[in-house]
Amino acid sequence: MSEAPRRFERPAPLSFALWVLAAAAVIASLQGIGFSASGFFSGLPNMGRMLGEMFPPSLERTGPVGKALLETFQMALVGTIAGVALSLPLAVLATRHLSPHITVYHAARGLIALFRTVPDLVWALFFVVAVGLGPFAGTLAIMVDIIGFCGRFFAEAMEEADRGPQEALNALGAGRGAVIAAAVIPAAMPSLINTSLFSLEKATRSSVVLGLVGAGGIGIELQVSMDLFRYAEASAIIFAIFILVVGVEQCSAWLRRRLI
Amino acid sequence: MSAIEPAVAAPADLQIRGLAKRFGGNVEVLSNVGLAVGKGEAVALIGANGAGKSTLLRSCLRLIEPDDGEIRLLGEDVRALKPAALRRLRARVGFVFQRHNLVPRLPVLSNVLHGALARGAGPRAWFHELAPRALREEAMSCLERVGLAALAARRADQLSGGQSQRVAIARALMQRPELMFADEPVASLDPAAGEEVMACFLELIRRERLTLVFTTHDLRHALDYGDRVVGLRGGRVTIDAAAATLDLPSLRSFYE
Repeated sequence: MSEAPRRFERPAPLSFALWVLAAAAVIASLQGIGFSASGFFSGLPNMGRMLGEMFPPSLERTGPVGKALLETFQMALVGTIAGVALSLPLAVLATRHLSPHITVYHAARGLIALFRTVPDLVWALFFVVAVGLGPFAGTLAIMVDIIGFCGRFFAEAMEEADRGPQEALNALGAGRGAVIAAAVIPAAMPSLINTSLFSLEKATRSSVVLGLVGAGGIGIELQVSMDLFRYAEASAIIFAIFILVVGVEQCSAWLRRRLI
Repeated sequence: MSAIEPAVAAPADLQIRGLAKRFGGNVEVLSNVGLAVGKGEAVALIGANGAGKSTLLRSCLRLIEPDDGEIRLLGEDVRALKPAALRRLRARVGFVFQRHNLVPRLPVLSNVLHGALARGAGPRAWFHELAPRALREEAMSCLERVGLAALAARRADQLSGGQSQRVAIARALMQRPELMFADEPVASLDPAAGEEVMACFLELIRRERLTLVFTTHDLRHALDYGDRVVGLRGGRVTIDAAAATLDLPSLRSFYE
């Protein structure tokens, strides 16, 4: 009878060394973050007490919280729409076969990469300095973050759009703009809609956090409540955020089904 | 007494000399191709896969840039044209593709209207919703000529293969073309639909007295619909004869 292959190959010395290194890195990281199981368990009663104080949620500040929630949603909505609108032309420049020149292509790609890799909280800090505290700074931060996100996915969708119809319009003498508007964008539309709706969801979640750096929205309310140990108030705010995020997600799922 | 030239009756719509195209450096797809197509003539291009038929058609409109040679199309020196002039020339030439190449998510009427982009119709020809009444009516009449006016509102990706190619033909008619290229126009259709579309297409070509160059793998189509048959083999023209002087067996032997 011929022999079956061994259950495990003997690892090559190099890959064995790499495994050891990776394990060492994980252990060093656990040490680095001050991981302590006892700390976690001794913290549990604290957490329990806090949860206890959170219920029932306090409805005392419904008015201001509702207003902050509305502002959060408005930031997300305006930031997303502005971001999507600016992403479209940028994505065209960042699509290889549609870009007017290779340097323009690389510049557009670079700009999108910059917008994407710098976190939205950093953009918010930057815009707070530039335009002052408040929701406008947060909206600008969301817009830039969305351009980084949508720019990349829009460009990919346009890159993947079927070249046949584009060739047909080229062949009958249509200009670049007409080919983009009449062939590329219609073909990429499902992907564009999907990405835009997803960015609205993403923007809603991030607009909650932006308040922490003073860029408007409900985040500041949550931070103040937590700092003042008003956990019942905080839980009401968290619950409101939950409703907003789930609501936006449901609406966008419904729109997605309708539009695509 | 000087001999009377047995020349082409009308001036040539398409005149190609010494055309060459290499892909990826050295693979020669076309080499020293010469061809003249007279006004109102229908020329069938035949040849095995990879013989260079599609490359030849695309080179005439510089959808593929040829490496060498001379192309005169409708009186223009194609290779010397600047982008704007090239677009104006392309506008005068209909091109029907094997894969139809309609924009899938747009309605049939918008797809037909795109033919007007050729005439510089501008953004109002992008979508039928925006188009002025005269353009919409012209597009409808193009659809009527291919027998599909009833499907104007349907999305292009919900058509059968035969319908979809008819819409592509209507789009080409919308250009008000002077000459028509067709690259295996019915190769993606089942035989019955293929016959139907081919008959409809050629009927329109004849009625409009358009010059036609089409490629095909169907030798019967080449003989039935072509006034002349041109055979390509390994990127060279090896047959160029009136269809009346050819028959199926002789054409089949060309592939061997």
